[in-house]
Amino acid sequence: MSLKKSIIAVSVAAGLAAALTACGGATPAATPSGSSSTSQLSGTVTVFAAASLKSTFIQLAKDFEAKNPGTKVTLSFAGSSDLVTQISQGAPADVFASADTKNMTKLADAKLLDGTATNFATNVLEIAVPPSNPASITSFADLAKSGVKVVMCASQVPCGAATDTVEKASGVTLTPVSEESSVTDVLGKVTSGEADAGLVYVTDVKGAGDKVKGIPFPESDKAVNTYPIGTVSSSQNKELAAAFIAAVTSEAGKKVLGDAGFGAP
Amino acid sequence: MKSAAGYHGIPRWLYVIAALGGLLVVLPLVAMLAKVNWAQFVPLITSDSSMAALGLSLRTSAASTVLCIVLGVPLALVLARGEFPGQRLLRSFVLLPLVLPPVVGGIALLYTFGRQGLLGKSLEVAGIQIAFSTTAVVLAQTFVALPFLVVSLEGALRSAGSRYEAVAATLGARPTTVLRRVTLPLVLPGLASGAVLSFARSLGEFGATLTFAGSLEGVTRTLPLEIYLQRETDADAAVALSLVLVAVAVAVVGLSYGRRRSTTPSAVQA
Repeated sequence: MSLKKSIIAVSVAAGLAAALTACGGATPAATPSGSSSTSQLSGTVTVFAAASLKSTFIQLAKDFEAKNPGTKVTLSFAGSSDLVTQISQGAPADVFASADTKNMTKLADAKLLDGTATNFATNVLEIAVPPSNPASITSFADLAKSGVKVVMCASQVPCGAATDTVEKASGVTLTPVSEESSVTDVLGKVTSGEADAGLVYVTDVKGAGDKVKGIPFPESDKAVNTYPIGTVSSSQNKELAAAFIAAVTSEAGKKVLGDAGFGAP
Repeated sequence: MKSAAGYHGIPRWLYVIAALGGLLVVLPLVAMLAKVNWAQFVPLITSDSSMAALGLSLRTSAASTVLCIVLGVPLALVLARGEFPGQRLLRSFVLLPLVLPPVVGGIALLYTFGRQGLLGKSLEVAGIQIAFSTTAVVLAQTFVALPFLVVSLEGALRSAGSRYEAVAATLGARPTTVLRRVTLPLVLPGLASGAVLSFARSLGEFGATLTFAGSLEGVTRTLPLEIYLQRETDADAAVALSLVLVAVAVAVVGLSYGRRRSTTPSAVQA
């Protein structure tokens, strides 16, 4: 083996090792920006947000970047419990927005929450049916009728826990054909027409446009989900994180959330 | 079947990269093993929901394997021995599920067998409902596992050649007799390892099942779906169940390799 070959070999191996470690490593939280804006805010803020916040947070991030030139908001969406797991495994998040208080408590218990979290929105369940409403659903009790194909979230995930609460409070026992592990999977089963009805959040119905019809039911106020937001203690840019949280909780932020169907905390 | 003694000229640096490659596969498994809560291991994997998921996984995977054999053997024979226009195209399509993301397979199945699907509408009129049933799970698993059987068997058919079949035919055997008495016994080891691989692939099927069949305990929630769900709240249970799947997979692959090594010589004699 010639020297040249062995050098190539070693550098390939080292490169591979570096690539492997880089996968788990942190990316720089702040990138220097060359712009000379009037605001002192600069750099990148990485926001981990619950999947149900996707459309609103994309809008809020866009507004934030427009208002604060030189800043960049990087968004990552997933189930709240997945995000907590990722953050506790070292994922580089500056802000965490959870779909329930339980997962925010988990983050605080892991000593990864800086200060306290702020509640910024609420969400309630709604029945989603295909536009033609084939099973003629008009109330929560209708879901228990025989022959109605109901899809809901499994108890392990927040939307399923909320469904359980409503079931207990209303005394209606559902026999679902499927218990999905995310609210988007429930919605998918309704939009594709596989299910006659699904229990999702008000905001999911609104986000789906005319692909589903929403049927509000009074029992939904028995299970109101509160969304908290907070700064991650390992954040490298807490000033920017705080500014983003302030934007979310501002009047303009509340309007964006309200338009999407979220309630006030 | 060892190659003749002599040149083993693998450059030494290759071992370094090979070791890295090996580590990439083994290390995560070791890391998972280290996370297992051994004190709670048995209660975790014998809970009602775990046993229901394991039982369902084993039953559906067995059914899918049978379906793969029934459909895959003729497919492999036609691809390896037949001659017809569009043969290469057919092979490409049969192999497609190997490279297709399973969730895409699930969406495709949904639009075929779902309530609003291509065949689903007629099936519903006939009183057959596939969505949200165990049948949907078996269909999804067969869809992703079929190429494994076809590839293994087609390879075995090609390497076996068609000399024995030609001899049998000249001795007056009809095509069906040749198939039954010569071809199939000749490629039995290939068929067996193909079936084992299909079973393993069915057991691990997740994306297509989740998209197409849904998730209900005892009906459609197979072991991978149960792991995905448990992970939300009970990481210990998810890890314990993952270990069960790893153990089954190791056993299946070991069985497949052990079989192949021990049966290859007898296949040559056949």
